[in-house]
Amino acid sequence: MNLKLSSYNLEFKQFGKDAILIEWPKEISEEILLDIRNFVFEIEKQKLQYIIDINFVYYSLLITYDSDEVGYLDFKNVLNLLYFKRNSISNVTKFVWHIPVCYDEIFGFDLHFLAFEKKCTVKDIVTLHCSTNYVVYGIGFLPGFLYLGGLSEKLHYPRRIQPRLKVPMGSIGIGGTQTGIYPKNSPGGWQIIGKTPITIFNSNNKIPIEIEPGDEIRFLNISLNEFEVIEKKCKAGNYELYKEILND
Amino acid sequence: MIKVLKSGLYTSIQDTGRVGFRNLGVPLSGAMDSISAGFANALLNNKKNDAVLEITMLGPKLEFFKTTQIAISGAEISPKINNISILNNKVYTINSGDVLSFGKLIKGVRAYLAVKGGFKTEIVLKSRSFYDGITSKDIFKENDFINIDKWNPNKINTTGGLLKNKIQFFETSIIEVYKGPELELFDKKQQELLLVSNFTIGNTSNRMGYRLEEIVLKHSKSMITSPVLPGTVQLTPEGKLIVLMKDAQTTGGYPRVFQLTEKSIAILAQKATGSIFNFKLISI
Repeated sequence: MNLKLSSYNLEFKQFGKDAILIEWPKEISEEILLDIRNFVFEIEKQKLQYIIDINFVYYSLLITYDSDEVGYLDFKNVLNLLYFKRNSISNVTKFVWHIPVCYDEIFGFDLHFLAFEKKCTVKDIVTLHCSTNYVVYGIGFLPGFLYLGGLSEKLHYPRRIQPRLKVPMGSIGIGGTQTGIYPKNSPGGWQIIGKTPITIFNSNNKIPIEIEPGDEIRFLNISLNEFEVIEKKCKAGNYELYKEILND
Repeated sequence: MIKVLKSGLYTSIQDTGRVGFRNLGVPLSGAMDSISAGFANALLNNKKNDAVLEITMLGPKLEFFKTTQIAISGAEISPKINNISILNNKVYTINSGDVLSFGKLIKGVRAYLAVKGGFKTEIVLKSRSFYDGITSKDIFKENDFINIDKWNPNKINTTGGLLKNKIQFFETSIIEVYKGPELELFDKKQQELLLVSNFTIGNTSNRMGYRLEEIVLKHSKSMITSPVLPGTVQLTPEGKLIVLMKDAQTTGGYPRVFQLTEKSIAILAQKATGSIFNFKLISI
């Protein structure tokens, strides 16, 4: 297998005394995201003891490290070498996670409003929302909140002027050009169109969320009955999210 | 075991934070003033990561059901054992049945109470630090119980002398910062403005972040969401600064103009709403 490896010009920035920020070209792109994810995979393989934590979102990668153990310039050199030494695309497995969503109006408070505004039917909105894979560009804002790319332009709609004080955990919303899942009860201004019965982020699990930046998700339209069945299974701890391996 | 007779204003368990879950959006958390929390632990010969009680302005009232040793550092909130005043930065033995309470706030905002061996609350994602939605509690309430180890007075323990600091490290109005990744998006004059202006801590400040009241620099520099850290100073389009603190989110979308040192975060953690300070740029 002879896969061409794209190399980007990386920009290294010192971010305080104990962190290094690495920036790829400033654009939202799946290729860049994959390149970052592969790079992170390479870094993690080295098991460098002075690395404290790593996170990436869109085109930025932040690594916190113990500056008593390694200097900025030395660490930067290590990372640079690691990036350019790669001669094949790492075998990071990417998944598409199927997230069941009930688009019933008892959960989707803004479904009818959105259909009215978009001059279409509720069914059109649901069909459109379920018809694409969304790329997870990062996790942040709240524990387990996924930054998703790929919302159809036809579904773009501004946030509510008056945010709700409490949006229930699992709610699926549309805010501007983005769609997302509320990982916990929280205030929020997105237009709510449905709800997933699964617990997207569970801090009692050793891995609280299995979805990783670089994966994709797909929303699966389920009925109210199915919602209740899955919710029960989740509470009993015997529901497993369906995932398929993504072959590029 | 300790019983919470009164909860105080905002009393929580904190250690050095929840490390290793940034990529899942999990905040670091941990003691807002890690220096004072470290003092309290050091006085008792505890480990650096042993959990302490973070006490905010109005102290709790705690009844001990086990004999232990304690030390309090950080804010001075007139602590008392059985109504007899005690000092900060000094080791005391507490007997089963004793009551620890607090009084008037003299200095600072956050006091740290350490007990021998640390508080033994649940560990969630490798840390005991309270955070809403991760640990089962985010603050203590009346009639809660807190688990601690029994201290054996016959064992050789720390003598833990009194730390004599008349002036606390946090009694300064200068907050030292490194430049942030987006500082240079702004021209020299604009950067200068951020360094000469006085800033006032706004009243919506909490463990997630401090909002500063002044409108210093309106701008329209937009950026795509990128990682942020505790101590990151963000400049909002309306021209105000937000200093992210220990419970901050892991990503943000505003230009990051400064990055506080760990000491600067600790100093700021001891400043109340309405306090005025300046930033001072330092190099690494």
